[in-house]
Amino acid sequence: MQNDNARAHRKSCLRLTLALLAVWFFISYGCSILLRDWLDVNFPSVGNAPFGFWMAQQGSIIGFILILVTYAFLMNRLDNKHGYTKEK
Amino acid sequence: MTQDTLNFIFIGLSFALYIGIAFRSKAGSTKEYYTAGGGVSPFANGMATAADWMSAATFISMAGTVAISGYDASRFLMGWTGGFVLLTVLMVPYLRKFNKATVPDFVGDRYYSKLARGVAVGCAIFICMTYIMGQMRGVGVVFSQLFGISITSGVITGGAIVFFYAGLGGMKGITYTQVAQYSVMAFAYTIPAIFIAMALTGNVIPQLGLIGNYTAGDEIVPFLQKMNNINTELGFSEYTSGKMSTLNMFCITAALMCGTAGLPHVIVRFFTVKDVRAVRKSACWTLAFIAVIYLTAPTIGAFSRVNLIEKLHDTAYTEAPAWFQEFEETGQMAWVDKNDDGKIQYYGPGMSEAGTFSVFQGKNPDYPTYEAPENQRIGKHGERLLANKADDSNPNELWFGNDIMVMANPHMAGLPMWVIALLMAGCIAAALSTAAGLLLVLSTSISHDLMKKILKPDLTDKEEVNYARFASFVALAVAVYFGINPPSAFIAKTVAFAFGLAASSFFPTLLMGIFSSRMNKQGAISGMIAGILFTFSYITYFQFLDGTPDQYLFGITPEGIGFVGMLVNFAVAFAVNAFTPRPPEHIIEMVENIHIPSSSTEKEKQDFEI
Repeated sequence: MQNDNARAHRKSCLRLTLALLAVWFFISYGCSILLRDWLDVNFPSVGNAPFGFWMAQQGSIIGFILILVTYAFLMNRLDNKHGYTKEK
Repeated sequence: MTQDTLNFIFIGLSFALYIGIAFRSKAGSTKEYYTAGGGVSPFANGMATAADWMSAATFISMAGTVAISGYDASRFLMGWTGGFVLLTVLMVPYLRKFNKATVPDFVGDRYYSKLARGVAVGCAIFICMTYIMGQMRGVGVVFSQLFGISITSGVITGGAIVFFYAGLGGMKGITYTQVAQYSVMAFAYTIPAIFIAMALTGNVIPQLGLIGNYTAGDEIVPFLQKMNNINTELGFSEYTSGKMSTLNMFCITAALMCGTAGLPHVIVRFFTVKDVRAVRKSACWTLAFIAVIYLTAPTIGAFSRVNLIEKLHDTAYTEAPAWFQEFEETGQMAWVDKNDDGKIQYYGPGMSEAGTFSVFQGKNPDYPTYEAPENQRIGKHGERLLANKADDSNPNELWFGNDIMVMANPHMAGLPMWVIALLMAGCIAAALSTAAGLLLVLSTSISHDLMKKILKPDLTDKEEVNYARFASFVALAVAVYFGINPPSAFIAKTVAFAFGLAASSFFPTLLMGIFSSRMNKQGAISGMIAGILFTFSYITYFQFLDGTPDQYLFGITPEGIGFVGMLVNFAVAFAVNAFTPRPPEHIIEMVENIHIPSSSTEKEKQDFEI
């Protein structure tokens, strides 16, 4: 039983990690490097900055923080669900 | 009160604070020495990690790099922050659960081999050493400017201070010192930016000013538009476009990110908190604190570039602002009057990475000695003359070092003297905190992994701490030596080196160790050696031997080669792994176990196994 629980936890954890890494890849390499030229032209600018440029200099960093906050929040919830909460 | 007195007061006060903290939190046991006892709050640890992370190079040079290369510099901004995402979701929670004090310890146990541990110790020493040399050099340069002493004595003074609080206090000492250092750095960095943002864009928040309007001129134009205009007018590439190839940009960003996730001194910082939950929370704080500086850097870069060009370009030397002469004096700026009109002209492409299109021949300014006759030292307008011959193939007359953007910023914006003093203190804090953090990793790798785990297994706790102190003394002595005689002219170059090596050695090895329970020691060791050898020889060939840019592999610069080295590491490891026996049962079980955060049924081990 304990083993199944651990496996389920590990699986959800891995899924969450991969999802967050996909977002991480998209906002850094995707928006800011690979698709930048296209985004600069076709996306609404942020303030007076072209979208791709803004993502590269400010947006991606803000995005990274949000990813970590999401990770901490969802992982704690996942731990609780699988009974890995530390005893008080 | 003069500027020098103010500088002394600010720096003296900050030193007193650091040393006072180090003295109060003197480490007694190995546990306190290596991991501060393991009970630091996530918030304090976040601050300390941020200070540890922000090196002198980041603090002084990053904004300058952004100013010169605009969009292209995003590789540093993203690389050094995005790596924390990798570090947090892939590395530290699992390594923390493993409950060992150092990174080579994990490698040694996970790959059940003394050889693996030895290779990891070697990599750790090498990475920390290249990195720490750059820091010591930085400290020396700042001290020499500040106190008017030679760089040699500056480096030695810095080394003594670092040894005092890192050697004495261990992790416990430096954690709380770094909290203080972070505060100094953050204020020192953001306050000038706020003043300048108000002056140029009328916006109190620099980040909004950058994407807002330029209001200091005759008409209101979008700030980035203004930036692009002055850049293209003078012959530089557009600020928001950059000129680096997409592949290179990709590889460098990737190498910096994976390097960050493999840097041993950042990883061990997360071993100082209570449990896996605290690790995640602490990582959020760390990145938030780092972002305070990293989101400000592009604004400082852009603002000071506009300021610099507006104030200097086409200005007669005799009417140039006073700070120009101050920076000429310290060799940070130089003017060569090529067309003999007495005016300063700044034209692109300026200082390129290859060192061509320079104001003068050679990469760095070279000055006649003080004994030289006056007409060789001082020009007819009173400017400081260079020993380099002018490079007449381009019209550019102005040279400045990258570091100038942050250091000259308060001068350019005409800010009060205490802001400049604060900036000096922040700069030293940045160098000292990183040097201390690295020194600690270096000394623990030697005392714990090399001495205790490989050479002398019967060391007592107390002897081990003494070995650590002794190792940090030796390491520092070596770092001071290389700080005085740097093997490479650019601090940034040696730092890029450290990242490439971390990306190609530790990152893949740790990743496979955590996520692939089938990876065996033969695979990991050969991967690690192949990755680091490849990266090391590529960088050495192009940075220190006579490699030329047209020989680059797919046009990838040495900065980005760590990414390729990492792929080599993975490929070799998996190939060797396929032909060698699988790891023993207890290792597979151990790997399964580090994925369980903590258990309510099984009592969590409170103590580190040291």
